[in-house]
Amino acid sequence: MTRKSSSISWRKTDDLASRPWTGSVREYDLIKELIIGVVVVGLLVLGVSAIFGSPDEPSVSLKAWATAAPADFVATATKELAGTSDSAGYGPPYNPTPDASQKIGPVDLQSLSGVRLPVDNGNDFVIAPLATLPSPPADLALWTAATDQQRSDWAAAYSIALAAAPDNDPAKVADGDYGPAPALTGALLDMARQGSLDGVLQNGGNFYNTDYTRSLLFLGDGSYFPGLAASQHLSGDQWGVMNETGDTPGQSWLWLFSLLYQVEPFKSAANADALVVVTMLVLTALLTFLPFIPGLRSLPRKIPLHRLVWKDYYRNR
Amino acid sequence: MSAHATPRPGIPADETDAHTWTGRARQWLLKKLPPDKLLPEDQPSYVASWAYVFGMGAIASLLWIIISGIVLGLNGPQWYHVSSLGSFVNSTHLWSVELFFIFMVVHLWLKFWMAAWRGGRVLTWITGVLSFVVSIVAAFTGYLLQTNFDSQWIAFEAKDALNAVGVGAWFNVANVGQLFAWHITLLPLAVGAVVVLHVLLVRVHGVAPPLEAAESDAQLLHHRPESTQSPESTESRDAVR
Repeated sequence: MTRKSSSISWRKTDDLASRPWTGSVREYDLIKELIIGVVVVGLLVLGVSAIFGSPDEPSVSLKAWATAAPADFVATATKELAGTSDSAGYGPPYNPTPDASQKIGPVDLQSLSGVRLPVDNGNDFVIAPLATLPSPPADLALWTAATDQQRSDWAAAYSIALAAAPDNDPAKVADGDYGPAPALTGALLDMARQGSLDGVLQNGGNFYNTDYTRSLLFLGDGSYFPGLAASQHLSGDQWGVMNETGDTPGQSWLWLFSLLYQVEPFKSAANADALVVVTMLVLTALLTFLPFIPGLRSLPRKIPLHRLVWKDYYRNR
Repeated sequence: MSAHATPRPGIPADETDAHTWTGRARQWLLKKLPPDKLLPEDQPSYVASWAYVFGMGAIASLLWIIISGIVLGLNGPQWYHVSSLGSFVNSTHLWSVELFFIFMVVHLWLKFWMAAWRGGRVLTWITGVLSFVVSIVAAFTGYLLQTNFDSQWIAFEAKDALNAVGVGAWFNVANVGQLFAWHITLLPLAVGAVVVLHVLLVRVHGVAPPLEAAESDAQLLHHRPESTQSPESTESRDAVR
């Protein structure tokens, strides 16, 4: 008797796959399988947890940053005053910097939200925290009284001078017209070293806080925090977010997402994030609707790995 | 209320006579998923391979994720940093997630090569992929909630992808309060709902038969519905158990 290959179609027709099975059966105990599964997986989880544990590298505070890398801290605070840090020019949802958003052709999804999480870098990261001190630095009044142009000229000049100084050390900066920028960033460094900046930046004077947006943006504008991540193989070019500190597997299921950042045309694209996310959305849609896609849905018949799964059935036909 | 709608005590209501919304819903549910399909005591003889354990492995892992997650959640996000018991519970949460994904990915690949969407099972496939996708988001928010260096860095890196497509303004990875709502309520509910729907669909449609199964197969020829107990079925049961 000839055997007709069954359809690969998702449609419910009159074929064997569409009808309730009327052939031979085997005894099966659903509840027993579930209980055995829970016990076996539970033992496996307990065993692996006891052997490998889980990583818990302490978080980095602004105090730790200011203590370990004061020159980087001062240079970053100066960029915040000058408005030249990464986050100051980020665009939505933090600020309205023109042409900063990532677009795909004419589509600008990043700007759709507008500035929903407003961050005024110089004021939020430097000036406002200094104003909370019991004795704010006298230069604070000079800064607030100055024009925007004067402020950015001072901060930009100091930023350039810091970059040119030996070891970027604020104490070795050449003389120049930096206005109150050195005094303000120096006072902020002291405040951070004493540990008070962490609290002020996070809670903005409130008792409760669960929003770390400002602290994280400030931390990320420096090179100390990204440097720590790079030393733990966590940078974007080291497969970024799918990794975790230590030797635990991390989010290995994000491999394709991380992979795209490592290859062209994504790797060098200015809008890499937007391209990668949209590509992943398209690939996810393809996987979701795979049964409807001719060619892809026929692969299981062309590459018959199913014969391994059902080898007993096929042997006894 | 009409007289015939009130069943007499001890006499089951006539299921063909349901006329209320509730009665019709019950009728539809019982037709789609009668108790012996929901909790079966037998399966087709082809359901006899290691390939079939991974779905159940994923469900078992999910139960351990929920149990360990409840313990972690009730003790607050700082507990596991300072308690050795907390650290161990955190490890079980992590590793049950790792196992969950391993089981789920193997299950997904196997169901692809088995073309398990055949014969009206496409929604089972779609809910399976959806549970995988929602689980990825749930796990991601878990990594962000660790309140340690990893969560700091993952939040810093991931904000760019979310902001680039306009999501970051509402799904702010640096806002731990928001992440709590996502990770311990919304996303577990979503994963649970999709997984329950997926499992119910598997029970409704049954397990897809082998790709090359045909009417002429011995497993079907020797076991027609009218033959209640063929030698084939007895042999098959004995071979499995």
